[in-house]
Amino acid sequence: MTLDIKTVASSELHDEMMRLKQERQMDFLVNLIGMDWGEEGCLGVIYMLESSKTGETAEIKTSTMDREHPYLPSVSDIWQIANIYEREVYDFYGIIFLNHPDMRRLFLREDWQGFPFRKDAQPEEENPLRMDNEPLADTTKEYFLNSDGSIGVKENVIFAPEDYVINVGPQHPSTHGVLHMRTRLDGETVTRIDPVLGYIHRGIEKISESLTYPQTLALTDRLDYLSAMQNRHALCMCIEKAIGLEITPRVQYIRTIMDELQRIDSHLLYYGALVMDVGALTAFFYVFREREMLLKIFEDNFGGRLIMNYNTIGGVMYDIRPDFVKQVKEFEKALRKRFHEYQDIYSTNVIALNRMVGVGTLSREDAISFGCAGPVGRACGWHNDIRKRHPYALYDQVEFKETIREEGDSNARHLNRMDEMLESLNIIDQLIDNIPEGDFQTKRKPIVKLPEGSFYQAVESSRGEFGVFIESKGDKSPYRLHYRSNGLPLVAAMDTACRGAKIADLIAIGGTMDFVIPDIDR
Amino acid sequence: MALIGKPKIKSIPYEDFKDNESLEKMINELNAHGTNVIVTSLDKLINWGRSNSLWPLTFGTSCCAIELMALGAARFDMARFGFEVTRTSPRQADVILVCGTITNKMAPVLKRLYDQMAEPKYVVAIGGCTCTGGPFTKSYHVVKGVDKILPVDVYVPGCPPRPEAFLYGMMQLQRKVKIENYLGTVNRKEKDPYKEEAKQLKKEIFNQEEKA
Repeated sequence: MTLDIKTVASSELHDEMMRLKQERQMDFLVNLIGMDWGEEGCLGVIYMLESSKTGETAEIKTSTMDREHPYLPSVSDIWQIANIYEREVYDFYGIIFLNHPDMRRLFLREDWQGFPFRKDAQPEEENPLRMDNEPLADTTKEYFLNSDGSIGVKENVIFAPEDYVINVGPQHPSTHGVLHMRTRLDGETVTRIDPVLGYIHRGIEKISESLTYPQTLALTDRLDYLSAMQNRHALCMCIEKAIGLEITPRVQYIRTIMDELQRIDSHLLYYGALVMDVGALTAFFYVFREREMLLKIFEDNFGGRLIMNYNTIGGVMYDIRPDFVKQVKEFEKALRKRFHEYQDIYSTNVIALNRMVGVGTLSREDAISFGCAGPVGRACGWHNDIRKRHPYALYDQVEFKETIREEGDSNARHLNRMDEMLESLNIIDQLIDNIPEGDFQTKRKPIVKLPEGSFYQAVESSRGEFGVFIESKGDKSPYRLHYRSNGLPLVAAMDTACRGAKIADLIAIGGTMDFVIPDIDR
Repeated sequence: MALIGKPKIKSIPYEDFKDNESLEKMINELNAHGTNVIVTSLDKLINWGRSNSLWPLTFGTSCCAIELMALGAARFDMARFGFEVTRTSPRQADVILVCGTITNKMAPVLKRLYDQMAEPKYVVAIGGCTCTGGPFTKSYHVVKGVDKILPVDVYVPGCPPRPEAFLYGMMQLQRKVKIENYLGTVNRKEKDPYKEEAKQLKKEIFNQEEKA
């Protein structure tokens, strides 16, 4: 959809945001996007808000003309997730947020020079590869505005010298990638988690600014490789809607089926990884038996097992093979028949229940404030399924249940994912026999140019809302491309979810949160 | 006499492997330095055992690590070749499979993990990102090829490589292990810090004695 962004002066921003939150119930901060408008507006931020009650949306932007010392007011006291989003913007653009309690870099090293996302930055020349160990500070800075208009600096303590802090990660078998969590312990109880991110930050958003639109597609699969289909679907849809390209019903059917197959693939792997994290191994082999059947379908149809590169602007790369329908039906039959095995061996196992029930509870308010969309938010009673909220592809024509649980603990998150697999099978059931004949690719001009403006498209990926934001100046390549990571809110919420839990539960909670680190770091 | 011969892998003939030239070059070099009948026979036995129980370190940063998981499961089953004992501690591992992009921030961590491993140790670069930087060569935060920081034994390109390619790469490593001169550690990659230290100490003592 095309965004209509309202400009607010930076001095009035905080009051305006407070008003939106209280009067119009905008309690979900979808996106906080740093921008460098170059000559015209210098540095700024775009806020995308949504109300979880009324479904209304609002887009606000604000900017500052000062490139040397850019200051903007923080909104981290209104939405908890703004804390980590604003650190990201500071890391990339150097915008300092006043009254933000923790103004550190998020992804890059603390001794990194310059701000790589600025249009005039030369990050590679200023930052050769450093092989010394990374310094990690125990204190952080807070900037605030004095009554006479000058900027004051205060030092905040993250970990005091007497605190007992252990490092979980970056090389740890159960953090699902290279996540580093500095964990403060009191005996065996977790009292604080400070996530250190960026060990797989590749600057995909920055690379995309120098690529043409069809080229940018290639990198989406490498973000969250277990939502490869949905990620690419989102970017393709965003571009198609911006240039007004109609796609055929056949493509809609294929895309919807593939999205759901990918969701099953992801949840199967989630299950295997979770049981390994909590110390069981047999169930891992159970799920990989079915997952390999699914990967065989992917292999046969588009040659890739993990990175598919299937969606293209205006359609899909190849037509589905003649035996696709038969294969999917066989897989569906096998999964339905064996699904009870997963429940028997793990979900109803008393040891597993002891590890999960009542552990890592997240309240509904916290889930919304942190923006934990997806199965995690739905486990706290928050109706946030994009497929229901803003239907795309064929989701308004099929019948399916949004899995909702109220408990908000690890068990609810786990069962939500298990139920979602069955729901995905139901969706595939309704579509697989009715795939219409037609073209698998709409003809388009070889060079894709988006009209001037801002565009946003969200999809329900395997683990929450995945969004694509494009700001275009009418060129062949995007002026700014931002991906809404669905894992970053989950990592931000880990501190809240794990406080008071035992250190051993940290791994189980992380397992049920199911974050994929390359998607967080981008 | 040339005692070190061509390495054999069960069920795949020698000619079917690629890049035999560099392997033969290595064999010739080792033979040229002279071989001992007893030591070489012992080497063969030890290397047979070592090559069939290469324990990898579970080190995965992104996509390729998921394929490594698939490799451990039933369809591809790396246990057939003795690679299934994945270790979570570098101190117990023989080989580090670098699965996934290595960024500037991760590079010192990876180097530290490598330093913690005990000799003899091997590095397999898996995936386009670790071989050359892959699709992220334009990035400001990606190490363009893991060989810039570690000595790589085998490269397995692909994005991600198919599990068959993983296995082929690991077999190539097995062949390399099989011809190595284990006793005498001529294959040691890093200089022995203790040896250097001992030499220095000896020198000092000698100097002191001379003074006296």
